[in-house]
Amino acid sequence: MSKDIMADLKRDHIVKLLSKGVRPDGRKFDERRPLTIQTNYIRSAEGSARVQLGDTDVIVGVKMMVGAPFADTPNTGVLTTNAELIPMASETFESGPPDPESIEIARVVDRGIREGHAVDMTKLCIEPGKEVWIMFLDVHVVDYDGNLFDACNIGANAALKTAVVPAKRAGKGEDFPMPVQHTPISLTAVKIGEHILVDPTHDEERVADARLTVTILENGNLCAMQKGLNGSFRADEVFKVIDLSTRLGADVRSRI
Amino acid sequence: MGGTPTDIKLIDANGRRIDGRMPDELRPLKIEAGVLKRADGSAYVEWGHNKVLAAVYGPRECHPRHAQDPTRALVQCHYNMAAFSVDDRKRPGPDRRSQEISKIISEALTNVVFTEYFPRASIDVYIEVIQANAGTRCAGLTAASVALADAGIPMRDLVASCAAGKAADTVILDLGKEEDNFGQADIPVGYVPRTDEIVLLQMDGDLTIDEYKKGLGMALEACKKVYEIQRDALRRRYHARATEVPAEEPVQAQQEGA
Repeated sequence: MSKDIMADLKRDHIVKLLSKGVRPDGRKFDERRPLTIQTNYIRSAEGSARVQLGDTDVIVGVKMMVGAPFADTPNTGVLTTNAELIPMASETFESGPPDPESIEIARVVDRGIREGHAVDMTKLCIEPGKEVWIMFLDVHVVDYDGNLFDACNIGANAALKTAVVPAKRAGKGEDFPMPVQHTPISLTAVKIGEHILVDPTHDEERVADARLTVTILENGNLCAMQKGLNGSFRADEVFKVIDLSTRLGADVRSRI
Repeated sequence: MGGTPTDIKLIDANGRRIDGRMPDELRPLKIEAGVLKRADGSAYVEWGHNKVLAAVYGPRECHPRHAQDPTRALVQCHYNMAAFSVDDRKRPGPDRRSQEISKIISEALTNVVFTEYFPRASIDVYIEVIQANAGTRCAGLTAASVALADAGIPMRDLVASCAAGKAADTVILDLGKEEDNFGQADIPVGYVPRTDEIVLLQMDGDLTIDEYKKGLGMALEACKKVYEIQRDALRRRYHARATEVPAEEPVQAQQEGA
């Protein structure tokens, strides 16, 4: 309740700033926050990354397990993505089973990695129809200041790039590097009034009308998209976010 | 989601699709408003081989209570697939896919409902997919907005929905099951025709930016057609109501006459 009133008050303030072309933290509308990526952050994971995007801080771990393939894809490994929005990260996160918000984040990150064919899943087949590698992509949010979609996407890409499939431990031959072939990078923008801002902070997200995440491959093709929140976009605004994603994504990709 | 390589020919030499449609052709769409008795509003959508029911209850007290918003009503959508709606039996109950769809449909509908008229209340929208054949979220959203109107919920406009995508290297409208399973991309869209706003938008697969623009344009045009069919369903419903003999008065008249 008190938070809603704060959001209303902040909304007026933020909208006033935006109309002068200024964001609360002084960034340009098309400027991402500082990004740091630390890979091989967790020893017990097969691949991992800690990503700080401004004050948002997420840890992504890759774990591998031998299991059965899905009946309709007997020759490919299995990808499972999960996001934990733990109470440590924000006063609005609660422990317990995943809520719609964390499910949406996990599914949008998953969609980028899966549809962008980041990993050659056919190389994660051990015995067709019987045994494949199950790849768990677990996202742990430890500090929340908005734009989990992009922080988690960057973390997932970075963790996969450094992952090693633990074949020896499982008695399935020699260890081998994760067969990464593409780097699908997402960019999230929000709409506040008539303004489109990339990489929103928590405050900006809280007053935003609508949100759009666009995931793009190195060849410039689109592989995933998700609109969120109650507001709307016009088609020209969608195309603008696609442009921004193309432009800013290339820089992020070069950092991974 | 996504596509897997296949030998099935999705588009033939004449440019016809597996069910005989042209690339920019919708599947047959039938909408009926007010199909359920108990619910405050309802709709039935038959879209190709999809069969979807939507029911609206409310505005009513919001449960759980802590979710109440003192300034407006919540639009809470529950998308559910019947166990028998797909070839391999679906395990009953909400899964992650259905929870995500529920969330984005709730958001799309919230956009058009005058939620500020009903503080603390909940407007519950139940979407039941009883037969699924690709495009159920679009069919569900299309049904749900007709059901909301049927329930007399004040709205800015209806939300119309349709998907475009890509199969056999061709940008196509309203993907069927084979095209969804073996195609290359899917773009579900929810659109408010009166204000030219996109309120639901997703995409998965692989598209160049030009293909995407073409697909989105196709989907928006199709939404306008869907919108006309929605409006027609509501017109038929209320025309029928207006010509119905009122239930209360004749009974009284008979008693007086006796």
